[in-house]
Amino acid sequence: MSRTAALYGAVGVAALLAPLVFPAFQTQLAFLWVMVLFALTWDVMGGQMGYNSFGNVFYLGLGMYVTAVVQRDLYFDVEEYAHVAGAVGTLSAGEYLTGLALGLALAGVAAVLAAAVLGSGILGLRGHYFAICTLGLGIAAGEIAGGIDYIGAGSGLVTPVFPDALGRRGMFFYYLFFALAVATFFTLRWLYAGRFGLAINAIRDDEDKAEAMGIHTTRYKTVAWCVSAFFLGIAGGGVGNLVGFIDPTDVAFAGATFGVWMVLMAILGGKGTLWGPVIGAVIFHVTQELFWTYLFGWQRVALGALIIVIVVFFPQGILGWVRQRWPERFGHRVDEEARAPGGGA
Amino acid sequence: MDNLQILVAAPVFSVQLLIDGILVGAVFALAAYGMALVWGVMNIINIAQGEFVILGGYVTWAVAQAGFHPFLGVPVSFIALFAVGWILYRAVVARVVDRDLFISILATFGISILMQQVMNQVFTADVQTAQSGLGTLFLFEGQVTVAQIKIVAFVFALALGGALVVFMRRSRLGKAIRATAQNARAARILGVDTGRVYAITYSLNAAICGAAGALVVMIWVIQPFIGLAYTVRSFMIVVVAGLGNLAGVVAAGLGLGAAENFAGFILGAEFQTAFIFSLLVVILLGRNLRLRRQRRVLR
Amino acid sequence: MTESLLTADGVTKVFGGVVANDNVTVAVPAGAIVGLIGPNGSGKTTLFNSIVGHHPIDAGSIRFAGREISRLRVAEIARLGMVRTFQQTRIYGKMTCVQNMQISVPHAREGLRTMFSRFPAEVTEKAEGLLEFVGLYAKRHLLAGDLSFGQQKLLEFAMALMNEPRLLLLDEPTAGINPTLINGLMDRLKRANAELGVTLFVIEHNMRVIMNLAQHVYCLAHGQLLAEGPPDEIRGDQRVIDAYLGAH
Repeated sequence: MSRTAALYGAVGVAALLAPLVFPAFQTQLAFLWVMVLFALTWDVMGGQMGYNSFGNVFYLGLGMYVTAVVQRDLYFDVEEYAHVAGAVGTLSAGEYLTGLALGLALAGVAAVLAAAVLGSGILGLRGHYFAICTLGLGIAAGEIAGGIDYIGAGSGLVTPVFPDALGRRGMFFYYLFFALAVATFFTLRWLYAGRFGLAINAIRDDEDKAEAMGIHTTRYKTVAWCVSAFFLGIAGGGVGNLVGFIDPTDVAFAGATFGVWMVLMAILGGKGTLWGPVIGAVIFHVTQELFWTYLFGWQRVALGALIIVIVVFFPQGILGWVRQRWPERFGHRVDEEARAPGGGA
Repeated sequence: MDNLQILVAAPVFSVQLLIDGILVGAVFALAAYGMALVWGVMNIINIAQGEFVILGGYVTWAVAQAGFHPFLGVPVSFIALFAVGWILYRAVVARVVDRDLFISILATFGISILMQQVMNQVFTADVQTAQSGLGTLFLFEGQVTVAQIKIVAFVFALALGGALVVFMRRSRLGKAIRATAQNARAARILGVDTGRVYAITYSLNAAICGAAGALVVMIWVIQPFIGLAYTVRSFMIVVVAGLGNLAGVVAAGLGLGAAENFAGFILGAEFQTAFIFSLLVVILLGRNLRLRRQRRVLR
Repeated sequence: MTESLLTADGVTKVFGGVVANDNVTVAVPAGAIVGLIGPNGSGKTTLFNSIVGHHPIDAGSIRFAGREISRLRVAEIARLGMVRTFQQTRIYGKMTCVQNMQISVPHAREGLRTMFSRFPAEVTEKAEGLLEFVGLYAKRHLLAGDLSFGQQKLLEFAMALMNEPRLLLLDEPTAGINPTLINGLMDRLKRANAELGVTLFVIEHNMRVIMNLAQHVYCLAHGQLLAEGPPDEIRGDQRVIDAYLGAH
């Protein structure tokens, strides 16, 4: 137990100091936690529950737009704002924070509501059908958003200018995403350890059996999607502000980048484990930041190749491999000790 | 929605949309036939289906750029994509064919992204088309226009489909493919080399898509990132028609072509892609709702 | 006479023209062990599937604990206290045995609060106790998918008991089990019936097992009820013998 505490402590201290030690990389570091959030929230569905979702970007984009719209409509005139692409004047620190907080809260609520409504239908699909349906969902959302004038249509939506009074933008968002990632991680840790975690694992291993044992499968599946959507929606609101500009298909419902990365990072680290997505996200993001520029535009080609290689040759991921190699370290061992008296049925 | 009134006021416009849609729908049906083939035989949903179509289009585009008539591109794309399919099968798909669906769907998803991005690098993201040089047909005293190339493509698609059906029914190899689809294990025991059958099935599907792509680049345009729409169209057609229902695939393909055209006209062109993907969600949910009454689910 | 715990009355199930169950009537009294036998393809598993709500039935009525259940779905029926095991054993392969057991607790009264709760110590205690009962205590921390087929079968049985069912439907509990272990399993089935008060309805191919276990036996052939009665009577019934020897 103390070793776990030491691990958490070390990670926590390193994370808190990172933006101070590398002030030039605050935005990239902030994105590190965004990646961790992506991988963790995808894994709730893909890893723990066995529902391979290609459409989780839907909640990301939804959160992004909800937050930005709240921030805009609270203090600005919609027409004028669109006309000058957000350059209508800066908000005070208090106004900005109020808009952002309210926006993020509503983003979470909107994402949960959307997941509950969509989930009741889409989660009835299984296997191929679920995967392709969610793929369609993500793309349809991007296309539809690109046709709605109120949210800027195809030309996108700019988020309000970050006020100078709040210090450095990168630093601010770094700690925002760090806090959100930590909250997500511990929420999931707590959920996975109880009835909820085992129920969605059971659904992953054999959903028909789970039904035959009386588990409320629909309820658990929907709640799992809501949990995933909640954190992803809030993260989306933050990402929109961090990027500063919301394009319907390249930033908000970015299936080709964020959507693919979610899946890749979770599998790379080890889907269906708590730490796997975190490890996968860190490795992926650091690699991407360090080496990607050397690929001269072939990054996304490399990404496609990477998915194939990982899925075909390393589908269990890093933590999955470790667990296979040393099952005893994960508690999977034969316990020959006799049972204490008083047992037996 | 104003356009809806136009349709009511001038019914001949509907004829125009219907003809255009049906002619294009035959190409969708062709790609869907290929998807059904791979799905039925290998139990893999090939997400890279649309990328095969687009790549076939680029091959024909290259043929046209080289100074040949794009019609020549149809057989060239067919053969070139057969080779691409073979390589992809040997390199990737062969390793996932008997594994769980999670792996196979992600692997073809990876192929899809890889192909998109390679095409983007090689051909750039510009929109391309190949001119067939054919004229336009005027019907109903000139109120309805039909590009002749669309009629040619329609005939091509149906002819290729017919040839494939004959191949599957008559040839030894076609019979081996059908036997593997019904029961791979039994086929293996009876001496069918199922590994080879899989390789040929996957390559044949790629080739079919290649030919479909050759037609697409002549009647429409291609671009590296629009492949997914073809994957989704194929998937919808197969879901609606059911595996192994050829007449259903053709009917659903033509219907989808027409539906898309009407939707594009009524909702506005900017929502046509949105319509395709939303329709997918609606169709799947509708199917599942109907199955629910028999306490079954789409799986 | 009070109503039986389970009654299937005139159940008919047709699969695209093939009549898998034709007007089948069976009753399982509370506390009993009832057997269901019949040659391959006689519709035994179909009847089980109809009873547990796996598919809708075409005619007839199924009542459980005084309630019509033929229109309910699998999970709802399971929550009423009727659980089945599968012919092809089904367990949660990537979870440990204890986890398999914990998540098999009854789900009848489960609100949002309980959904997110931890398992209380009593649940784990009970899970381990039942694993001990089927002889898997030492392997409780192994992944269920790594167990042998026979052990998985025992685990599935223990999971069913964990669910505290009033009625347990067992589909060929001894199929694929090492013959030397069959007596032990039979003993456990009887103890579950006697000590835990679980009513059993058992499909079985092994005649020795079913004759030893059941107090009442139904025999199906070609989807129809061929005979019923105490084991001794069924054993001597000429129609049953003919059905098994293929004289039909």
